Amino acid sequence: MKIRFWGVRGSIPSPGAQTVRYGGNTTCIEVRTDAGGLIVLDAGTGLFALAQALLKKLPIEANIFITHTHWDHIQGLPFFSPLYIPGNAVRIFGAQDVVTGAGIERAMEVQLQYSYFPVREVEMRAKIEYENLQVGASVRIGDAMVTNSILNHPVVNLGYRIDCNGKSVFFTGDHEPYFNIYEPGDEDFNEYQMLIEEKQRMVDDAVRGVDLLIADCSYTDAEYQDKRGWGHGTFSASIAFARRCGARHLICTHHEPTRADDDLEHAFDEALSHCSLGPNDPVVSLAREGMEIEI
Amino acid sequence: MTQNAIEIERELGIVVERMPAFPKSVQRILELTRRVDCSPKDLVGIIEKDPVITLKVLRVINSAQLSLPTKITSINQSVVYLGVNTIKNLALSIAAIGILPASNAAGFDIDRYLLHSLTTATLARQLCALYANGEADPGDCYIAGLLHDFGKIVFARFKPEQFGQVLARCAAETGLSSHHAEQALIGADHTLVGAMLAAKWQFPAPLVECIRNHHSPAAPASAMSDCLRMADLISRLSNQGDSEHPYREGEAPINPQRFGPDLDRVIASLGDLDKLIAEARGFAQAGRAS
Repeated sequence: MKIRFWGVRGSIPSPGAQTVRYGGNTTCIEVRTDAGGLIVLDAGTGLFALAQALLKKLPIEANIFITHTHWDHIQGLPFFSPLYIPGNAVRIFGAQDVVTGAGIERAMEVQLQYSYFPVREVEMRAKIEYENLQVGASVRIGDAMVTNSILNHPVVNLGYRIDCNGKSVFFTGDHEPYFNIYEPGDEDFNEYQMLIEEKQRMVDDAVRGVDLLIADCSYTDAEYQDKRGWGHGTFSASIAFARRCGARHLICTHHEPTRADDDLEHAFDEALSHCSLGPNDPVVSLAREGMEIEI
Repeated sequence: MTQNAIEIERELGIVVERMPAFPKSVQRILELTRRVDCSPKDLVGIIEKDPVITLKVLRVINSAQLSLPTKITSINQSVVYLGVNTIKNLALSIAAIGILPASNAAGFDIDRYLLHSLTTATLARQLCALYANGEADPGDCYIAGLLHDFGKIVFARFKPEQFGQVLARCAAETGLSSHHAEQALIGADHTLVGAMLAAKWQFPAPLVECIRNHHSPAAPASAMSDCLRMADLISRLSNQGDSEHPYREGEAPINPQRFGPDLDRVIASLGDLDKLIAEARGFAQAGRAS
C-alpha cells in the first residue's frame, strides 16, 4: 500500500510562512491499495489538492471514508472536482449521526445549502453513493478490507483499519484516550474504570500489529491539562498506544493550527525525549503534507 | 407477531418518541449544559434518574443503524462509547420536547411513578451487589428497576381513558393489582408493553425478560429478575409509589433460596433506606415545585 498525506492540520486550515514545511490543510490521507484501488481517509481541505492530482487520469473510482463530520474532516467534499465529471464514481462512507439520526449524506447536504455554496448536488454528475457503516463492519475495496472501530470524540468518530495483502494501516481520525469521569472514592469510579478498560482493550485489539498507525497527537501533555474532554490525543498517549498495540510505525497528525513548524518540531522532540524509545519500539514521525509512505 | 401486535408496537414507538422527560431532569439538564465545561458525572447522575431519557439514550445507542458490538445497558457505558458530548446533546434534544405534565387524562400520578421507579432501581442495584453472586450486573439491575413499570406511563399517554378506568378499579377493589386490571380493560398489561419496547429497541434479552416477568412468579428465575422483584416488593412495602399495587401482608416470598426466608433481614442488610428514599423523593418532587 502507498499512503500519502494531503492534509495534516487539525481544526482549521492554517496556511502561511509559519506552517509551510508541514502544511496548513486539514485532514486528508490517500491510500492506494496494491492493486491501485483508491481509498481516501477524511475529506478535509487537503482533499482539494488530491482532486487536482486525480484529474490527470480519469475516470476514477474513489472510496472516501469519513472518520467524523466535524468541519476539518469534511470541508473538502464540495471541492472534490471528480464529483462534477460524468463517468467518475465516488462512494462516501461514514457513521450515522446519533443525535439527529441523519446519515453520512448529511455531511455533503449541509455544505451545499444555497447560501453557502453555489452548486446543488443534482449538478454533480459523477455517480455518488453514500453508505452508513455499522460499528465494527468491514468493507471490501478491491484487494483491501476497511474495518472501522468507534473511538472517543465529541461526535461519533470511526477509526479505520485497512488491510491489504498482509500489510495494514490504522487511522484514528480524532481520538482522545479514555479517562474516568469520576474521582477515586466516587461510587461509580470502579465500574467506570472497568468500562473504559474494556473499551480500550477493544480498540487495542482492532489496532494490534499494524504496520502503520496514524494517530491524533494534537497536544503536549502540558496543553492537555486544559483540554481534557475535547476529544483529542497527545504525543505521549499515542506513543503508548502504538507500543501497546505493537504498531511498527506511528505517524503523529492533527497538528494544532496555532503551532508553527519550529514549535511543532520542538513539541515533538520534547515528547520523544520523555519516551526513551528502544529498538523494539515503533518508529515515530510527524505527518507532513506531501509525505508518502509505502508499506 | 400478529398484524395487530406490529401495529401496536409501531404506535407505542411513536408515543414514546414524543414523550417528554420529567420536570426535574429537564430543568437540571438545561442548567448544567449552559456551562461548556459541564461535569460529565453530574450529567450522568441526572440522566440515569429519568426513565424517559434513559430509555431514549439506550434506544439510540443500541439502534440497528449503529449496531455496536456490545449491548449498552447503562448511561455510564453509553458515555464510554459515544462520549459525553453526544450524550449531552441527546439529553438536550429530549429536554427540548418539554416536560411530562404533572397531570394527565388518566389521572396517573407521575411523581409517585418516578419515586417508585427510582427507589426500585436503587434497591435492585444494592440487592444485586449483595445477593446476585456475580450472576447479574448491578448496573443492569438499576436499569431494570428504572424501566420496569414504563408501560404504565405509556398507557397514561397512549390509552388515558382505559388506564383511568384501570386506576379507578384498582382504587375501588382491594386486592386487585393493576396488571390484572390492565389485562381486563386494555387487553395487555404494562409488563408486556415495557418488554415490547425494550425488545423493539434491542435491549439485552435478560433485561427484556426481566421487565416482562416482573409480575409472573412462575416465570424462570434469574438473578436480575429476583433482584428486581425483591426491590419492587421492598419499595411497595416502604410505600414508595405504585399506588395501584400496594404491598399486602402474605405476599409470596421472592426466591428464598437467594434471599433467605426473612424479609426483615434482607431489608436490614440494605442499610439506611430512609436516606435513599429521601433522595428519590427529592428528585421526583422538586421538578413540580419549581
